[in-house]
Parts: sequence; structure tokens; C-alpha cells
Amino acid sequence: MSNYPLLSLSIWVPIFAGFLVLATGSDRNAPLARMLALVGAILAFVVTIPLWTGFDNAKVGMQFVELGSWIPRFNINYHLGVDGISMLFVLLNAFITVIVVLAGWQVIEQKVAQYNAAFLIMSGLMNGIFCSLDGILFYVFFEASLIPMYLIIGVWGGPNRVYAAFKFFLYTLFGSLLFLVALMYLFVQSNGSFEILEWHKLPIALGAQIWLFLAFLIAFAVKVPMWPVHTWLPDAHVEAPTGGSIVLAAIALKLGAYGFIRFSLPIAPDASHELAWFVIALSLIAVVYIGFVALVQADMKKLVAYSSIAHMGFVTLGFFMFSAMGVEGALVQMLSHGFISGAMFFCIGVMYDRVHSRQIADYGGVVNTMPKFAALFMLFAMANSGLPATSGFVGEFMVILGAVKFNFWIAFAAASSMIMGAAYNLWMYKRVVFGDVANHHVAELEDINKREFLILALLAAGTLWMGLYPQPFTEVMHASVNDLLRHVAISKIQ
Amino acid sequence: MFDNFVVPDLLPAAPELFLAAMACVLLLVDLLVKDQRRTVTFALTQLTLVGCFIIQFATSNGQIAYTFSNMFVDDLMADLLKLFLYMTVIMVLFYSRGYIIEREAMNKGEYYILALFATLGMMVMISANHFLTVYLGLELLSLSLYAMVAMNRDSVVSTEAAMKYFVLGALASGLLLYGMSMIYGATGTLEITGVAERIAMGGVNKTVLVFGLVFLVAGLAFKLGVVPFHMWIPDVYHGAPTAVTLFIGSAPKLAAFAITMRMLVNGLLALAVDWQAMLIILAVLSMAIGNLAAIAQTNLKRMLAYSAISHMGFMLLGIVSGVVGGRVDPNLVLNAYSSSMFYVVAYVLMSAGSFGMILLLARAGFESDNLEDFKGLNKRSPWFAGMMLMLMFSMAGIPFFVGFFAKFAVLQAVVISGYVWLAVVAVAFSLVGAFYYLRVVKLMYFDQPTDASPISAPMDTRILVSANALVVALLGLFPGDLVHLCTLALAQSL
Repeated sequence: MSNYPLLSLSIWVPIFAGFLVLATGSDRNAPLARMLALVGAILAFVVTIPLWTGFDNAKVGMQFVELGSWIPRFNINYHLGVDGISMLFVLLNAFITVIVVLAGWQVIEQKVAQYNAAFLIMSGLMNGIFCSLDGILFYVFFEASLIPMYLIIGVWGGPNRVYAAFKFFLYTLFGSLLFLVALMYLFVQSNGSFEILEWHKLPIALGAQIWLFLAFLIAFAVKVPMWPVHTWLPDAHVEAPTGGSIVLAAIALKLGAYGFIRFSLPIAPDASHELAWFVIALSLIAVVYIGFVALVQADMKKLVAYSSIAHMGFVTLGFFMFSAMGVEGALVQMLSHGFISGAMFFCIGVMYDRVHSRQIADYGGVVNTMPKFAALFMLFAMANSGLPATSGFVGEFMVILGAVKFNFWIAFAAASSMIMGAAYNLWMYKRVVFGDVANHHVAELEDINKREFLILALLAAGTLWMGLYPQPFTEVMHASVNDLLRHVAISKIQ
Repeated sequence: MFDNFVVPDLLPAAPELFLAAMACVLLLVDLLVKDQRRTVTFALTQLTLVGCFIIQFATSNGQIAYTFSNMFVDDLMADLLKLFLYMTVIMVLFYSRGYIIEREAMNKGEYYILALFATLGMMVMISANHFLTVYLGLELLSLSLYAMVAMNRDSVVSTEAAMKYFVLGALASGLLLYGMSMIYGATGTLEITGVAERIAMGGVNKTVLVFGLVFLVAGLAFKLGVVPFHMWIPDVYHGAPTAVTLFIGSAPKLAAFAITMRMLVNGLLALAVDWQAMLIILAVLSMAIGNLAAIAQTNLKRMLAYSAISHMGFMLLGIVSGVVGGRVDPNLVLNAYSSSMFYVVAYVLMSAGSFGMILLLARAGFESDNLEDFKGLNKRSPWFAGMMLMLMFSMAGIPFFVGFFAKFAVLQAVVISGYVWLAVVAVAFSLVGAFYYLRVVKLMYFDQPTDASPISAPMDTRILVSANALVVALLGLFPGDLVHLCTLALAQSL
């Protein structure tokens, strides 16, 4: 199978499908546009499956590599490859795209073709980010993926969408522009190479490493997002349509975390050690403080958005423990958060489509009218608070284990936040789902239809699979994570 | 008496001679053409330009040829820039045709003939190897442009713009001439390559030389339209009929780049340290004021005028990073200047497309040059909204569009020369710039249309706008060849 350019396919199939969907034109052809989008998304998912089945777990380094010259004048290459860290995200991304197309099936009635096309193109661009081994190729995908998201928020979003779209775009652009300068600096230092893997071996003085690390930190911290540059996320989530929130939470946030793994840690290992305390401090603030913030939210989407920030805090915390347990836990957490947060946003979307409100206060007693939905929502609310047997538990537990070895008090603080997680998730669940039927809106609710059930069932399957039997996922990561940590352990100062 | 008279080699100047002859023929032909049949003049003008293109292509042999007593040079840079110039002017005239036919005051053959003379002026500028040739070309261009701006003579705004342009332009020409006379005083020659030789030989009074340089740079800065010599740009762009704005905003940038190369690089490279210091200030100021002032504009032409200022500032960054620490390193110099050239070519393409969009939406009695006029364009015409989206993101420097690679090329040159701080300043202002381009996208996509009338532009304009925007996208995917061409062309002249 590896004779086929699988990674190129995983990038360009959805993009091509997106343009095809765009060509269906006006809303008269909406059914065709939806159908084409679904076929495209499924096809795009199918081409990523051989990446999993054909992956060699024992092999260190990149697999399915494709290399071609792109802009010879600047030595920029079209260099793709995946290792055990990035491969899973390509699959997750392709999977979530199918979910997103389904999620918008009945809900989106305006500019259907453009809506679906934006998601498909975005999916391809994000696969490009995970697969790029050339710094500029990475950057190009990284920035280009802002365009579809900007449009998704701005065109199909809520009342305050324009503000949210601008905030999203400019915040992220701000981070990535400094990143671009850092890439060029590395280009000069490495005598004219944009190869990320070359940069991993490049010796750099501590001072320069710290500058590079800070430039990377700004770019990725905004994307993750880490406290205190997280403020764009609640706005973007609240205003985005359901599909937009799902992609944002499930995939887009992972790009920042992935950047830490691909750039910050291996390229500036000494600076990473030097400044680990700083990142850990920010992560702990995210985990604990943002947990409290989530507790007081009156808007369900905002609550889940803040919980995403807290969960991503676990991820960055795990990375900067520099232990296999911590890094793998963080990666598992990233994948698991992809399923769970996607599902949470979808659940809120299901209620919003019926009642047109996201306020917790407008609900109550939903279980009486939507029993099937309530059961599934329960599962995801539990998973979001880290219940054992769901994927949410595995990642957080591994990170906390890693933290115990690193420093007991950090572990203590992180673990205490699991209680916070349970508190805000279950309290919200209680207020929305249990109790008496609160008003006539709730009384008129219809339970989920087959399409919605299918989406939730697929996400539930993922959540439970990772929760009960995470080994297939962690096995894939072992070799690559160990290799990464080897790189990080060696000083680059000469 | 004529013993000493040698007929100069006319071949290197064949396109100029052909154009000059044709322009005169057209003046006569146009006398016999009635207003209704102005298409004849249009067609002949376009044929002339195509003829120039063919002659240029056929006579280009890759050698440097001097003629007219070394006052005129034909090298690869000249060939390439002129080919771009013909293409740009052909495109501009196609864009303007519909606009001109709809406006009685402008529907005269003069528009085309003045455009041809302006083109001739630019060709002379591009091929100048003598300060007086530079001046000759520049005046031919400027005088044609003054008349073109004032063509809509009943419009108060247009005549005011023309007046302003004329007065300030004359002042700038004066500065330029004064600078040239100083240089003549210091070196005893006006031949550009000769000046370089004299300086290299030594014994030149540096004070006088630098004094002249200051005036030269001021004159150039005016023609490029960079701060603080930018005052005319917003008024002229705004006041001139859109077809003329399109002309001013595109092709002359190529010529201005060429004379910068000829005078500062070919002639005064030895003074690079001095003029680089001046240009850095101009560049930073232009990016700052251009980008900040553009935010406040409500008129799209005015906004694009400020954007032009900032773009020219960005382009200068490439020119200032050629020489480091007074030592001329051929690789560094080539890298820097070819990046700037690539930037100019890319900018001309984007600028032409953006003004083309305004012309596309304009109709008799309606200029469509306010930002408001783009509201809800996605509802009126998704296709052209998509085209404008590409142009705007390209201008903002977002991949995958050529604007990104233009910025990239210049930035890498800046970083290679060690001006990391300058690169950081440049990206910071790019972020500011992104805001107002995003606002255009916001108006087109997020807002409801106020004007529901369908687009009435003729087919050729539609095709051309589409082609223009698609080329911007295509060059964004495959910028390699254009970058290579620019490098190749400059390699010979340096």
C-alpha cells in the first residue's frame, strides 16, 4: 500500500472534494452538495486507514515519506511524513470531518455548498500540518487553515460572530507571524535548510534557543490555547456553528500542542528545560483557575470551551514533564479530547437546534423528553470529567502519574482539578437534564433522530474504545515518543 | 561633417521604437475614428503592445547590449520587466475598456494613446543606463499620467487630484534632477555604470556624492510613494477615475523598481551603507503609516492607496538587505534584490486584480469604490466574492497565495542579512494590515447586500478578473518558477 502517496491523498482528497462541492453552487443543489460532501469526507477518511494498518510500530522516525522539491530557490521541499505522534491525528481529523458533515446535514440551510466545502478544505489543510516535515510547508498549512475557519465562524455563526471571527483570526495570526521569523532564523542557522528533522539536530546556543522557544511558545500557546492568551477561544466557540466548534475543539486546538512536540521540545531542548517551570505554571493555572471559571458559566458552550482550555492544560503539563508517561498521557489526552469535546459540542448543538438557546437556565428536565439523548450526554459529561473506563480518564491519569515522578505538588494540583472537572460537568448536566420539565420548550423537545444517534454512537465508540483498551493507541506512540525524549535529553549547546 | 556620426545599434531599443512609431500612427488614426467606434483604437493599442511583447521576446538574446552611446541598456532584467510591463498594460486596458465606454468624458482615443506614451516612458526608465535617460523616461511617464488623471475633466475630485499630482510630481522631479547634478559634480559623468567606475577609482568627493544621494532617494521615494513622500498617493488614487487608478497602481511600480535598481544598485552600490540607512527609515515609516491609515478608510480606492504605500515599504526591505557591513557579497545582493523584484511583480498582479474588481462592480453613474459597495457580494455573486477573497488574502500575505511568498522572499532576505528586528517590525505591521483586508472579506461574506442588482460587467472583464485572481492563487501554489526567473534576470545585471 505504501506505494501510493497516502499522505498527499489524505491532504488533497478532501481539498479537491471541497472544491467539487463548491462547484454545486447555489442552495437549489443543496442535497447534492451534502451528498458530495459526505462521499468526499468518507473517501478522505478511507484513504487514511492504510496509514494505521500499514504503520510499523517498531520503527523510529518518519514513515510514508514523500519528498519533492517545491521552491528550489529557497530550498523549500514538499516533504511529508508521519511518525507515531502525528499519524493518529491525521486519522482523528479525517474521522471528525465525517462527523462534522453529518452534524450539519439538516441544520445548515444557508449556503450549504460553501459550508461543507469550507470544512473539507480545512480538513485537508490540517492534515497538511500534521504531515509536514518542511518548516515552510508546515507554516503554509498552519496559516491557510485560518481562512476557512474565519469564514465558518463569520458566515454561519451566532449574533456576535464578526467580533469572534476577527478575534480568532488576528490572535492566531499574531502568534504565527513571529513563528515565521523564527523559522527563517533557523533557516539561516542551518545554512539554508527548512527541514524540521535537520533542525532537530542543529546545535544552537542557549540565548538563541530561548528566543526561538519564546517565538514558538507565542505561536502555539495562542493556538492551544494556554492561559492567558486563551480569551479568543470562548468567543470563537460560542459564536461558531456546531460543526465549527467541533472542528475547533477536536482538531484545531491540537495543532498548537502538536507544534510543541514537533518544534519547541526537539529544536530548543535546553530552553525547554530552562523554561519548563514557566510552561508548567501556565498549564497549572489553566487547569485549576480555568476549572473555576468553567464552574460559573451560564452558557453551556462557554462552559465546554473553558473545560477544553483546562484539558489542554493537562496536555502542555504532560509535555514538559519530559517523561514517556507524561508525553504519552498528553497525546492520549489530545486524542480523547478530540472525541469528547466534539461530542459535548454536538450534544449542545442538538439542544440548541431545538430550543435555540445555550443558556443552562433555559433547560431542566430534558431527560423526560429526550431519554436516549440524556443517556449519551451522560456518558460524555462523565468522560469529560475523567471517569474511568472512558478515554478522558486514561490521558489525565497518565499525565498525573508522570507528574508525581516529577514533583508531588504539581501532581497534587493537577489531580485536584479532576474534582473540579467532575463538578462543573456534572453540575451542568444535573441542571440541564434532571429535575422537572422546566418550561414548554423542554416539554416540546423531540428525542434525537437516527442521524444524531449515529454521530453520538460513533463518538461514544471512540471514547469507550480508548478508555477500555488504550493499548493500540499507545503502542503506536512508544517508539516515536522515546525517540523524541532522547532528542530532548541531549543538550544542543556547544 | 557627418564623418563622426555613427548610426547607433537600434536593435536593443526595437520595442521602444516600434511603440513610439505606433503611438504616433494611432494619434492619426484616432482622428478619423468616431466616438462610437473607439474599439478600433483600443484594438490597435492592444496589438501594438502585443507587437512589443513579440519583438522583445524575439530580440532578447541574453546578452547585455548598450546603445545610444551607453545611455540605453538592454539586459535580462530589462527584458523581463518589460515583458511583465506589456502584460500588465494589456491587462489594465482590457479592464478599463468597459469603464471608459460608459463614461462619455473619457471615451476618447486619448486614454489609450496616453497609456501608450506612459508605457514608452516606463520602458525607457527600465532600460536607462544614464541619469538623463532615467529622467527622460520618468517625465514621459509622469506627464502622461497627469493628463490621464485629469481626463474626467468635469469631475472636481479628479482635477484636484491631477493638480496635486502635478505640483508634487514636479517637485519630486526637481529633487531628482538636483540630486543628479550633484552626482555629476562629484563624478563628472551621468552614465550610470560610469558613475560606479569613477567611485571605484576613488578620489570622489564623498560629501557632495552623499548630498546628491539624499536628493536622489527623496525623488525616488516620491515616485515609489513611500512615507514621508506619500502625500499624493491617497488623493490621486482616490480622485483619479478608477481605470486610471488601476494604471497608476500597477505598471509604474515595475518601472520605479527598475530605476531604483539602476541608480542605487548599478550606479551607487558603493554608497549602499548610506542609502540603506535612509531606505530603512522610509520602509518602516511606510509600513507603519500605510497600514495604520488604511484601517480608517471607508473608500476602497483610498484603502488600497494606503495599502500600496505599505507594500512599497515592504518591498524596500528587500533592497536594504543587500549589503551587510559595507561588504558586497554577490549571493546576498542577488538574493535580496531578486526578492524585491518578485515582490513587485506579485504586488502588481494583486493590485491590478483588486482595482479590476472595483471596475467589475462599477457601472454607468456608479463607481462602486466604497467599501460599503462590497457588502454581501457573496450573495450577489459567489464566484467574484471568491476571487476578491483570494486577492485580499493574498494582499494580506496569507498562504497559499502569491502575496505570502512575496512577503516570505523579502523576509528571508532581511533575516539572512541579520536584521531580525526589522523582520519582526515588518511582520508586526503585516498583522495590522491583515485587519483591513479581512474587513473587506467580512463585508463580502458576513454582511447582507444593500444593492441587489446583478453584475453588469462585460464578459472580457469577468474573464480577466477571474484569470487574474486564479493566477494569484496558482502562483501561490507554484511560486518557484517566477522566483527563479527574477533571480536569473537580476543575476546578469549585478
